[in-house]
This record gives sequence, C-alpha cells and structure tokens, in this order.
Amino acid sequence: MSQIFNLPDVGEGLTEAEILSWKVAVGDTVAVNDVLVEIETAKSVVELPSPYAGRVEELMAEEGQTVEVESPIIAISAGDASPEQGADPKAAEPTSLNTKDAGAQQAALVGSGPKADPVKRRARKRPDPASSSAPAASFQLHTKPAASRALAKPPVRKAAQDMGINLQDVTPTGEQGQVTKKDLLNYAAHMTLPQSKTPGASPSSFWQATEVSDDRIERIPVKGVRKATAAAMVQSSFSAPHVSIFVDVDASRTMEFVKRLKKSPQFEGIKVTPLLILAKAVIWAAARNPQVNATWTDTEIQIKHFMNLGIAAATPRGLMVPNIKNAHELNLRELAIALNDLTARAREGKTQPAEMSNGTMTITNIGSLGIDTGTPIINPGEAAIIAFGTIKEKPWVVSGEVIPRWVTTLGGSFDHRILDGDLSARFLADVASILEEPALLLDM
Amino acid sequence: MPEANTPATPWGTPDLVQLMDETGTVRAHPTFSSYADELTDTDLKEMYRTMVLTRRFDDEMTALQRQGQLALWVPSRGQEAAQVASARALAPNDHIFPSYRDHGALLERGIEPAEITPLFRGSATLGWDPKKHNVHPYTLVLAAQVLHATGYAMGLNMDAQIEAETGEKQTGQGQATDPNQDAAKPAVVVYFGDGSSTEGDVHESMVFAASYNAPVLFFVQNNGWAISVPFETQSRVPLSTRAAGYGFEGLRVDGNDVLSVYAATRYAMDKLRAGEGPVMIEAQTYRLGPHTTADDPTKYRPQDHEATYTPLDPLPRLEAYLRSRGVEESFFEEVAAETKQGGQTVRDYVLNSKPEDFETYLDRVYAEPHQQVEDDRAFYRAYTAGFEEE
Repeated sequence: MSQIFNLPDVGEGLTEAEILSWKVAVGDTVAVNDVLVEIETAKSVVELPSPYAGRVEELMAEEGQTVEVESPIIAISAGDASPEQGADPKAAEPTSLNTKDAGAQQAALVGSGPKADPVKRRARKRPDPASSSAPAASFQLHTKPAASRALAKPPVRKAAQDMGINLQDVTPTGEQGQVTKKDLLNYAAHMTLPQSKTPGASPSSFWQATEVSDDRIERIPVKGVRKATAAAMVQSSFSAPHVSIFVDVDASRTMEFVKRLKKSPQFEGIKVTPLLILAKAVIWAAARNPQVNATWTDTEIQIKHFMNLGIAAATPRGLMVPNIKNAHELNLRELAIALNDLTARAREGKTQPAEMSNGTMTITNIGSLGIDTGTPIINPGEAAIIAFGTIKEKPWVVSGEVIPRWVTTLGGSFDHRILDGDLSARFLADVASILEEPALLLDM
Repeated sequence: MPEANTPATPWGTPDLVQLMDETGTVRAHPTFSSYADELTDTDLKEMYRTMVLTRRFDDEMTALQRQGQLALWVPSRGQEAAQVASARALAPNDHIFPSYRDHGALLERGIEPAEITPLFRGSATLGWDPKKHNVHPYTLVLAAQVLHATGYAMGLNMDAQIEAETGEKQTGQGQATDPNQDAAKPAVVVYFGDGSSTEGDVHESMVFAASYNAPVLFFVQNNGWAISVPFETQSRVPLSTRAAGYGFEGLRVDGNDVLSVYAATRYAMDKLRAGEGPVMIEAQTYRLGPHTTADDPTKYRPQDHEATYTPLDPLPRLEAYLRSRGVEESFFEEVAAETKQGGQTVRDYVLNSKPEDFETYLDRVYAEPHQQVEDDRAFYRAYTAGFEEE
C-alpha cells in the first residue's frame, strides 16, 4: 500500500509552492526525515523531509511545476524493513563535532531567497451584503479591501454606526480624505429628505440583496391595458417596438464633480470618467422607475430588483455587452473600479460569457466615439438602453444669457411593450437631473 | 562588576564573563569559578545530555512542521547552553516564566519534550502542569511574560511579609515543592530575548522590580536577531549595560559557555534570595536557525553566517570539555542513541495527538456566556465560510 505525501503548508496560509528539485528518484529507499524535495514558496525555499519510510514509487509533480497545497507530490511504499526507525532530521547531527557538516546541513534546511510572485492565498467569496445588515451580529466582516474602508475618527465612526449609515457612502471632505462630523451630519440631513418626500419609492427598499431570496423577480401578470398595448406595439412594429427619446443636458457640474473625485485621495489610482456618474445616475433612476429594468415574456413582465448594468463596448472580438453584476450594491468608488475592470477586460478581449449573461439594462457610451446621440437597439431580454453622447462645450442659455457650458445629449430606447413614452421620459429626465446636479447622488 | 566609568564606556559596560572558551579550555574567575566548581562530572554530563536532547527535539519539530504536522515551530538551535545551564542553577521552588523558545530550560526542569508540543500542534494551549514544575506557560505575546514575572516576584515579597506577620507559610498559587521543606527562599527567573528587550514591557518591569526590590532575575538571551533586525540596530551598548540605569546589577556572560551561565545564574539567585534586589544577566549567544519556521533567514543574514557563528555552537564546546575531563566515548554513543529514541517518541506523540477544534478555545474564555465571545464565534464562522469552494 502506498503512502502519499501531500504538499503541506509550510508557511502560514500559503496555497501553493513550486517544485524546485527532487532529491530522490523512483526506486530509492528513504527513511523518515530524509530530504525528498526542495520547494519554493512565496516566502522561502525549503526542503521537505519525508514523513514516511519506504521505497519511492512515484514522483507526482515535476520540477518547475507549481503545486497547490494538499496536492499529492510523492508516493512511498509501505513495508520497509524498519519503518519505525526514523533517521535524524537532515538539519540535525546532534552529536557531531564536525561543525562544517552541521553548517552545510543547516543552510539546506532554510531557504535561499524570495520568490518574486505575490503571495497567493485562498480565494474569498464576494463581500456579503447581508452579513453587515444582519442585526444579530454586532461585528463588521471586513471582507472589502482595506483601501476602500472609509477614513473617519472613532467618534464619527461610532455616530455613523448608531445612525445606520455606511461611512463609505458619505463624501469625505477631511484633509486626509476622512469623513468629518460635518460630512456625516450633512449626509444624514440629506438622507432623510427624499424618503419623506416619496414614501415607498425609497431605492434601498426596492433593491433586494442576493441573500434575501433566490427569486428577486417580481412577476406582474400581463393583462388588460398592458397586454393590449403590447400586442398592439408588436403588431404595429413587430421588428422593433422601440421608443427612442433624447434630452440635452448641461453636464458642467458632472465635469466638476469628476474633477473633484480625481483629486480625492479615496479615488487615487482609479480612473474616474463622466460615465461613472452616468452609471450611478442610471441605477438611481431605475429604482425610481422600475419598469425600465425588466424583461418581457409575453405572459408576464419580470421586474428585476437588482441591477446587472451592461456597458456596450467595442472590442477586438466585436461588440460586447459585459455587465457589472449587482451594480446597485456598489458605492461610487467600487463602481468606478468595476467599470475600469470591465472595460479593461473587454478591451483585452478577456470578457467571459458569464460576464455578458443576465444583464438587466445597458449603457452605450457613444460619446467616446465623438457622437452626440443615436437610437440604440435594446439588448435582447432587457427593456431599456441609454446612449451617452459626447460632452462638449456649447452655448447654453442661463437666465437669459448665452454662456458656454459642458453639454451632452442623453438618448434612450425603451421596449414599448413594457413601458410607454411617459415612463421612459420620466426615467430619462431623472438620469438627466443627476448629470445636471450630481450632488443628488448623495441621497442614494 | 560594572567596570569604572571611562570616556569610552561612561555607563560602565559589564565585562564579558567567560569561564570556558570555544576550544573547551577553562580559566579561573575570582567571583564565578567557585560556583562553577559546584558542578560535578555527573552534572556536566546531564547538562550535555539535555542539550543534545533539546537539539534533537528541536530538529524533529522542525521536520514535523515541514511535513505539515505543526502550525509553527520556534527553534532553539544554538541557545541550548544558555537555557539548560541557567535552569540547572535554580532551586526547585523557583518560578520560571519562559518566552516561547526556551525548550532547553523546560527539559532541564523535567518537562517531557512531548509536553511542549501541543501548543504548536494546536492540540492544546498548554501541555505541562505549571504547578508541578513551577514553569509558567509559553507566552506568545512578545515580552509580556516579563511583566508577569515581575508581578509574581513582587507577590513573593508580599507572601514573605504575611509569613513574617502570621508565622504561616504562604504558597501563593501553588507550587512544585512543600514550602515547609524548601531549603531556599523562592525567587523568579524570566526568560526573554534581545528583541523583547526593546519592548516597553521590559522597561516597566525593570522599573517596578527595582522600586519593589523584587526577587526576579531578568535572563535575556541575546541571540543577535530580533527576527530580521540585527542586534547592532537594536542597541548601541550590550543590554546588560542597561541594568545600571535601573540601579541593579547587570552581568554579561558568554551564553554558549555552560560554566559561566551556570555560575552567573547561581550568583544572581543568591543575591535575589538575600533580598538584594533584581539582577539582569545578558547571555550572549547566537540563533543558528531561523526566527521561526515561517521566515527565511537567508534573506537577511550575512553570507558568512555559518563560518562565523558555527564555531560558537555550545554543543561541540561542552563535548570537548567533557572529553578533556576523561568522559568515555561510550557516554556520547549512549546519548546519541537515547536522543534518537527521544526524537522518535516525540514524533509518535505528535502524530497521535489531534488538533483541537478551534471553537473549543472560545468555549473556555469565560465560565458564563459572553456577548464578545459569541461575536467572535460568529465572526470566525463567517470567516471560515467565506472562502471560495475549490
């Protein structure tokens, strides 16, 4: 019967090591603590002593191969004549006066240099939004990257906790990018306004976290006027029941906001573009006009209580629409990172099929091509697509005077089977209002 | 014996005490030779046996860690003389507060090698009976045991006062010996390293020990490395120099020489028992291995490390001295066979002990249910459940 030695974790929480060189060959007889192999981990080069006595039957990994911890690396036969008699560990010659020998063996035990690759550790699941809102647990699971943790002094942190406010949502104005007491109070004051104005339409109560229920789709039976409208729409324009609308927007404040974010320490190293503000605006507006985030199936309209926000991207493989899963759960900074990742992967042609499935709504950034607007075609299975035109300085009338402002055109196509022009218009106006005054995002 | 202040050493660096040099040749010292002379051939042979066992145990544990059987191991290689000889100089009723590297001191005290393994296997937090040996648990929080030891020594003084007033023997929290049979007043030894000596805890301990004239010996093994920081970076002067600043005696000894370590410790314990306050001994030794199995010393240690320091190895030195005293070859063969068996015993013990479920540690924090413990438990469960399936 063979004894299998699995690669141990010789460091603390390391997940893999490279086989540098085997010190034994198939057929060799080894005793306990004989050195079998030299491995290199992210921390050091070490020799692994044999835990078994017997004959080497198989080397199960090749030199140069990177092996996961707990994978089998060598098979050693049982049935050695004296399996109980272990050898002295290689590093030890306890009674030897030969100090040269002892020194050489000592050097062999400990490593001889670092591995340049970063330490790989066991992968963790995505941040768990339910755990932070679970009332029973009074701790915060710090699964988010440390860098994204908002800075704040302990009293502010405590106050935010008491008020149920996530500090990451508060715009920091402190010198080191920390959330100040004033920031928190401002945020809290704003937070209460929209809720009292539009009861029942609170975005936070609309979205459902993944953990709340597997079925986050609200099913509204298609009947009556809705059914008739849909049938009429398909009949009159079966190939493309699209309704397309446009609006010009003064996006000057969005440009200022983007500039401020770029300078903010919290966004250091992160690409910030007006598209980020638009994406956030679309998520916000979708919560206020849920029908835009839906699917038509002839028998029912499925309203999605989550936002997998697609971004149409021109890639080497053609047009792709990868989407940011659960984009409604991301704060501005996380959304920026997700956008960067998504576009970078798309540009490199690394987008996976899973990243393109289950989209709920799409933005096409035609402005990046210098286009003002267009009538985009809805991504199949979705109800709306937003076209983001180029932003350029144009004459704009403010209080009877013509002044140069940064102006863009928002366009959108909507599935007329699901929603009519008034709802589409309300949605697009909501998006436009954010571009005109991004400070409204703070109400989210 | 701090030497007279000179411009070069304005605070008086203690002379290095060395009774036996690297070749095993012994020379006389006016103060310390008399203590070293107490050691018989049997004493020296037993110390040698314990030192060899310590090293074999250490190597076996390092191998077991490399085989995935231990979470971590802290090698004592190179420091056997400092640990074993100092522990041998103690009375049975003295209290030892070890760091986490003092395997030799524990073995000398009669603790079995296997009893040291559970902490590193994760099968228990403590493997030996502290009251049976007067040896407190290993302290992983750097230098914290120095505070504990000083407090314990202050407590011994208070016990002595109660005894004087009531005539009743005080046993503190229980100890290895019957107080009525004790030949000597108990004192305390605390082991720590040069890295720990840089911590504030050690400073506070020394201030309090001096203020309360506590019978505590600060035994610092200066092994040259605070993990990767060389001693030269940590201190401009030998650590023993610092004792003068607290107003007690500091001794500097060759930590690889069993004779001077034993003699200095005996001398210090006499002073403690006489109520002459704390003493500090700096045993200059060398960490031949890594800080723990989790670091790679070749990244920070000089290339010529082995050539320079292997000659300082305390084992060959004592072996040469024993041979010069006429100890037969058969003794060394016997020790080799014995320690080999000792290594096998430890291996069997470790492989047969089962790492404990982590949550059982949470169960023992408080006697009654406690919210913080439950929070920690919830965190732990969420954390362990938070890994991606492989």
